[in-house]
Amino acid sequence: MNALTVTHLAKAFGGVKAVADVSFALRKGEFLALIGPNGAGKTTCFNMLSGHLKPDSGSVKLGDTELVGLSPRKIWRLGVGRTFQITETFVSMTVRENVQMALISHNRRTLSFATRATRLYREEAAALLARVDMASQAERPAAELAYGDLKRLELAIALAHAPTVLLMDEPTAGMAPSERLALMALVSSIVREEGVSVLFTEHDMDVVFTHADRILVLNRGTLIAEGSGPEIRANPLVQEVYLGGGSVFSAGHADA
Amino acid sequence: MSFYFAQLLTGLANASSLFLIASGLSIIFGVTRVVNFAHGSLYMLGAYLSYTLITTLDLGILGFWGSVVAAAAIVAVIGGAIEVLVLRRIYRSPELFQLVATFGVVLIVQDVALAIWGPADMLGPRAPGLSRAVRIFGEPIPQYDLALIVIGPLVLGLILLLFNRTRWGILVRAATEDRAMVGALGVNQRFLFTSAFMVGSFLAGLGGALQVPRESVSLLMDMSIIGEAFVVVVIGGMGSVTGAFAAAIIISVANAFGVLVFPQISMVLPFLVMAVVLVVRPYGLFGTAASAHGGATVPEAPLRPLSKVGIVVATALFAFLLAAPAQDDTFILVLLTDVLIAMLFAASLHFLMGIGGMVSFGHAAYFGLGAYAAAIAVRDLGLPMLPAMVFGPVMAALGALVFGWFCVRLSGVYLAMLTLAAAQILWGVTFQWQWLTGGDDGILGIWPARWASGNATFYYLALAICGGALVLIRQLAHSPFGFVLRGGRDSPVRAEAIGIDLRAHQWLGFTIAGAFAGVAGVVFVFSKGSVFPETLAIGHSIDGLIMVLLGGVQALAGPLVGAAAFVLIEDWVTRLEYWRFIFGAIILVIVLVAPDGIAGGLGRLWRLVRPARAAA
Repeated sequence: MNALTVTHLAKAFGGVKAVADVSFALRKGEFLALIGPNGAGKTTCFNMLSGHLKPDSGSVKLGDTELVGLSPRKIWRLGVGRTFQITETFVSMTVRENVQMALISHNRRTLSFATRATRLYREEAAALLARVDMASQAERPAAELAYGDLKRLELAIALAHAPTVLLMDEPTAGMAPSERLALMALVSSIVREEGVSVLFTEHDMDVVFTHADRILVLNRGTLIAEGSGPEIRANPLVQEVYLGGGSVFSAGHADA
Repeated sequence: MSFYFAQLLTGLANASSLFLIASGLSIIFGVTRVVNFAHGSLYMLGAYLSYTLITTLDLGILGFWGSVVAAAAIVAVIGGAIEVLVLRRIYRSPELFQLVATFGVVLIVQDVALAIWGPADMLGPRAPGLSRAVRIFGEPIPQYDLALIVIGPLVLGLILLLFNRTRWGILVRAATEDRAMVGALGVNQRFLFTSAFMVGSFLAGLGGALQVPRESVSLLMDMSIIGEAFVVVVIGGMGSVTGAFAAAIIISVANAFGVLVFPQISMVLPFLVMAVVLVVRPYGLFGTAASAHGGATVPEAPLRPLSKVGIVVATALFAFLLAAPAQDDTFILVLLTDVLIAMLFAASLHFLMGIGGMVSFGHAAYFGLGAYAAAIAVRDLGLPMLPAMVFGPVMAALGALVFGWFCVRLSGVYLAMLTLAAAQILWGVTFQWQWLTGGDDGILGIWPARWASGNATFYYLALAICGGALVLIRQLAHSPFGFVLRGGRDSPVRAEAIGIDLRAHQWLGFTIAGAFAGVAGVVFVFSKGSVFPETLAIGHSIDGLIMVLLGGVQALAGPLVGAAAFVLIEDWVTRLEYWRFIFGAIILVIVLVAPDGIAGGLGRLWRLVRPARAAA
């Protein structure tokens, strides 16, 4: 059973086909990586899946529900979460309040006028923060957080509405190598326990080959390969795309 | 036919003068991102200086044009001084601070001009050699108008030449596109900013100087032009000189023909055009999204419930207000009522801009709407006081609902400008709609019901209404709805990504803020017994902004402290001669010394002197 089914997705900007006829499926509970060189169309793809960009043609189905044409908000309500390449948090709130906001929205309490926002869903927020190892920082202002912790906070926010699908755009961008693997280990342990299906883009091949169940390779707007880590490594097309990138795939990681 | 052609020429001549001042404003905004309210003052100074030079030198054609250019040059130097002394220190402050600081400059220049040139209007001489009218298709056209029609495009050409052919001009354009990048490339920003400000000031001075043969020089010139100049800059796209030129022509020509159909439209038309343009093209005709970015703001600290000290202070303050009528001093009760009204007005504005991040330059519109609606309800519908006090805020909320629908589609400076336009439109309507609003004469004789007419009784009523509303606003700020507004201010992307329909919430927030301003308006009208168009005017909106900024944007108590300080300072200062100068200076000192407002400044002082915490 597929969590997300993408068929013939296409988007052109002016004369440039950023994404041309992309089809793939995200299986239930799968950790799927979307990789490709800069400008391959990864973020464009992501933005079409999350409703931030309207595709020229094609379809995106969540189970049986067509997502194309829905607003990002509607797509979120249907259970598709998203994290951003550059973190977006509410800087004038504490870490816990950030998570509470997601819970308040999920429970449709944004039009409450009489209660105190900070008293709503405290336990749920605390549990989510504990889940991403941020419990000790719950009362800190989000503005003070280190970058790696902001990423964790975003993860907690993304889990607040119990998503069935999580779209993670460059989840480890801007982090130190040791932090990257730790964050992705955390992500993969959480999503496997919760049964969330994850599609993520990533530049760090260590992260991709360590964690992804399956890998999609995008180049110039089309999918050129699809398969497990070893299959992708062995694929001559992929090696060609990552010019001289042969070393990336073989040398240091043959034993990975 | 010939008549319409003459009308077109008049429109084009007006467009030229409007373009001169707007182009300078646009250049200054593009480079420094400062919304320069003092630009109208520079224009006025240009007119006064050129009047003095022309009349004292009296050297014929050469003397006239020499005086015009000399006046503009002097204004450029004055502008440079303002930039170095005031603006340079606050480029990193939120845009509102800059606006209020430049408004302080407006007040100071007002009184300086009054001291030098006196209060009387001065009619300048005609331009030598251009003093007659020529007949075109049989219609008389002033020669001077024809000269202006040439001067406008000429100046545009010179500016474009400067922008495209000189290193300085290229830097100015680059700074307009991306200020951070220009800084990163090692450009001397100080020099660039000062010089851009001086060029902008020169253009404002030139615009003013060229007006001398056309209209009498007066102390009202600054505020009469600034609204229209803003409109032109916004329609053209902030930072775009070509846009300013196109917009000046659109506005002036539309006005020239508009007055034929509906003579009173000139007050409202520019703002109507701006509202339409902004709804269709949110960044103006020639503007880009980059032009909307204001200065960076410091992240606010998370909201906390009232601390123990806060509770003690609030209780003490409330006890003081309750005990006030014991003094049996009418003056004090009237003053305190004014303070309460100002507090509610400022708090409602703060709810919109501090909590919601929607900066409004026209919040007085809803205050005035509430006041007028209540007054009309009493006079025409015969409503008693209490129902009228409900009717007023409801109408204010309706007005905010209508204008808010347009406003929340924009952000930053453009949102501020659209709120300004909305307020100007309402002000114009109030002014013109004689039979309903009484026009300039206002509505008189709206007094409290008999049971509430005693000084102390009405004071307690005002205290109950304003105090209750203030508590409600505080409650809202802490509610999930208030948090949504703050979240939307922090990160619209994040708000949408957690499924929040931000625009709908902001629209509701705008409406609620309007309703609370309307509540302040109804208390106002019954306490004064009358209401005039000034309650909706730009000046009153700016009063509100000053109150919020005096107190500090980043604290819920800020607007309360600021409003109280504003009313008390105003009450004291306006009894003095040259009170504008003093008031302007006070504003500047506060902006420069305590950029986080009185509440923030006191907070910092408190942290400096408070007893050190026991070691943990």
